[in-house]
Amino acid sequence: MFRKNTLSSAMAESASMRFWYNPTFRSVFFQLLFIGLLFLLVATIVNNTTENLEQRGITTGFDFLNQEAGFGILQSLIEYDETHTFGRTFVVGLLNTALISVLGIALSTIVGFLVGIGRLSGNWLIARLSTAYIEIFRNIPVLLQILFWYIAVLRTLPSPRQSIALGDSIFLNLRGLYLPSPVFHEGPELVLIALALALVVTIGFIRWSHQRQEKTGKSLPNFRIGLGLLVVLPLITWFASGQPVSWDTPVLKGFNFRGGFAVIPELIALLLGLTFYTASYIAENVRSGIEAINKGQTEASGALGLHTGQTMRLVIVPQAMRVAIPPLATNYMNLIKNSSLATAIGYPELVNVFMGTTLNQTGQAIEIIAMTMAVYLTMNLLVSLFMNWFNKRMALVER
Amino acid sequence: MIVNPETIPSRPAPASRRGIIGWLRANLFSSPLNSLLSLSGLIFLAWALPPVVQWVFLEANFLGENKDACTSEGACWVFVSARFQQFLYGFYPDTELWRVNLFFFEMAAVLTWVLWDKMPKRLWGGIWFLTGFPLTSFFLLYGGFGLETVETHKWGGLMLTLVLSLVGMVIALPVGILLALGRRSDMPAISSFCTVFIELWRGVPLITILFMASVMLPLFVPGDIELDKLIRAMIGISLFEAALIAEVIRGGLQAMPKGQYEAADAMGLTYWQGMRQIIMPQVLKISIPGIVNTFVQLFKDTSLVLIIGLFDLLAVMQAGIADVNWPNVAIEGFVFTGFVFWLFCFGISRYSQLLERKLDTGHKS
Repeated sequence: MFRKNTLSSAMAESASMRFWYNPTFRSVFFQLLFIGLLFLLVATIVNNTTENLEQRGITTGFDFLNQEAGFGILQSLIEYDETHTFGRTFVVGLLNTALISVLGIALSTIVGFLVGIGRLSGNWLIARLSTAYIEIFRNIPVLLQILFWYIAVLRTLPSPRQSIALGDSIFLNLRGLYLPSPVFHEGPELVLIALALALVVTIGFIRWSHQRQEKTGKSLPNFRIGLGLLVVLPLITWFASGQPVSWDTPVLKGFNFRGGFAVIPELIALLLGLTFYTASYIAENVRSGIEAINKGQTEASGALGLHTGQTMRLVIVPQAMRVAIPPLATNYMNLIKNSSLATAIGYPELVNVFMGTTLNQTGQAIEIIAMTMAVYLTMNLLVSLFMNWFNKRMALVER
Repeated sequence: MIVNPETIPSRPAPASRRGIIGWLRANLFSSPLNSLLSLSGLIFLAWALPPVVQWVFLEANFLGENKDACTSEGACWVFVSARFQQFLYGFYPDTELWRVNLFFFEMAAVLTWVLWDKMPKRLWGGIWFLTGFPLTSFFLLYGGFGLETVETHKWGGLMLTLVLSLVGMVIALPVGILLALGRRSDMPAISSFCTVFIELWRGVPLITILFMASVMLPLFVPGDIELDKLIRAMIGISLFEAALIAEVIRGGLQAMPKGQYEAADAMGLTYWQGMRQIIMPQVLKISIPGIVNTFVQLFKDTSLVLIIGLFDLLAVMQAGIADVNWPNVAIEGFVFTGFVFWLFCFGISRYSQLLERKLDTGHKS
């Protein structure tokens, strides 16, 4: 039914065949039947829905996006209060989802790479510890992990007065993590300009160095020189312009901390849960990527006189990337989707703010769920577009 | 000239290269960096392990009825044992618990039948798992045939978690196979429908699907039909899982050499015959790791029903630690629930690795 049978299409030529054995006829017939049934199903659903909506007195359309929201949100990256619209709550939720995604992806990549390489380490103890880490965190639901961090760990922290202090500028307590925040005085632009300049010079230098290596075969310590340029140049400007940035440290005043930069416990719990869970998957992908590379590659590069670091950097990693990056993109996508579990602990990301509170206030389920799903589908589409582009770029070019 | 007619016996390797010392040198202290790493690993273990062991075993309280039994510093496992019935059965009525036990027993029996390769007639076991088992379980758990009806809002705990994952499995596998075949179909109407369906469900978080199932599904059916909350969650989970399975199967279908399809055609088999006898057995075999991974994923994902207000294992535990009669047992609750989930997931993935080795016939495309 699903595929035209090539053999029978040849047999259908003979006149003795009944017309219902003709594959073209069958294909058209089944498709028409399928479309008809699908249409009937959709029509029934639409019909039922309009009836139900009328009965419950729910309005339709996207007008609610301009109405006043009337509820506050715990954390917002843009200006927001009760008087803003539902449309604004959508943007606030979207930005918070983006924040948690970016932070989570960065942290889980770091942890995942470390653990993945650790699992392949020749050091028996490190390899075992990494394996234990992967097997534990991968086999426990991420929702349970997030709730664990939130309820069992962060809720049991001391009150602000008995905060756990790291030095005299970082504090951790029941209300969250308090960090010093930068205060900009005159002239931080100069440092940024210096940084940009250093970047340009570094790229130019590396290009020149590559050309030189192609011609003469002599190589320079590119990485160290580049890093030196990137650090030293901005540092000099920093001191020359009189240290234009100072730190505003949080101070205990009354019952709470003032000043500095506060990270709410919901964000910390979500970040811990997502990072440790996703990192265990990333570690496995990194490991399988490295293991997929033939041992002959390591031996060949050893025979060419490259030392272990160079072998990793110039021979193994570029090839392992080709294997590891597609599943890595899936991991990142899963992290973005799992960030929606924040709704269980009340971190105000898209699903919590929009599909939770806004849906409860307006009752317009169809519009709101469609908008939320559209956001995730768009992200998915972007990731897979990027992956296709990347695969094309990285694919083996055979001569 | 001195000639030694005897062969000189081989001497043992130097002491630094053999025995425990040799092993330590090779595996833990082969370079300064490795020594540093090993030392920090050892320090970490020495710092973390003793308190954990002390908390979990040595100073823990196991026996008792309520919080007063927890006198020492360690874990209060009394909480788990006092609430054990809820963790297992949710709010299922006391007098009917034997039905759930029978369900657990049947599940264990049928799974052993299907999964253990020394059992006879395993195909029939598989058929029973997909048909008879769901039916008998439904009548056992819900009621009928003289059994008292137990409403689904009384279901909970590990039983609900297992029911959700089993239903997901039983529905997702056949639907997923159909979707995968449909996506590779020659007929544009069917293949485009399947592609859109798969990508739509796969691209969004399960939680939005659960919300959709609990909020939008009642709008889709005629007003006088009341859909049970559990059924709505099951529909959402099963279709989500089917889309994931479909992609796994599609990978397997694509890995099949074209000659297999052509050979099936050449033998004069119809499409369905060819699929059933030639293609699917091979595809399912190479897709086993993917399918099992998806099922592990599904098992973990069932915990999400907590958000739409169903009481699975995690939700029952969370309700338990919020009880004012049991203060400060959050860590115990999470450790126990996490351990139960871990046991299942780890067990399934180990079994799949075993199966993979067993089914490996050496053919690698």
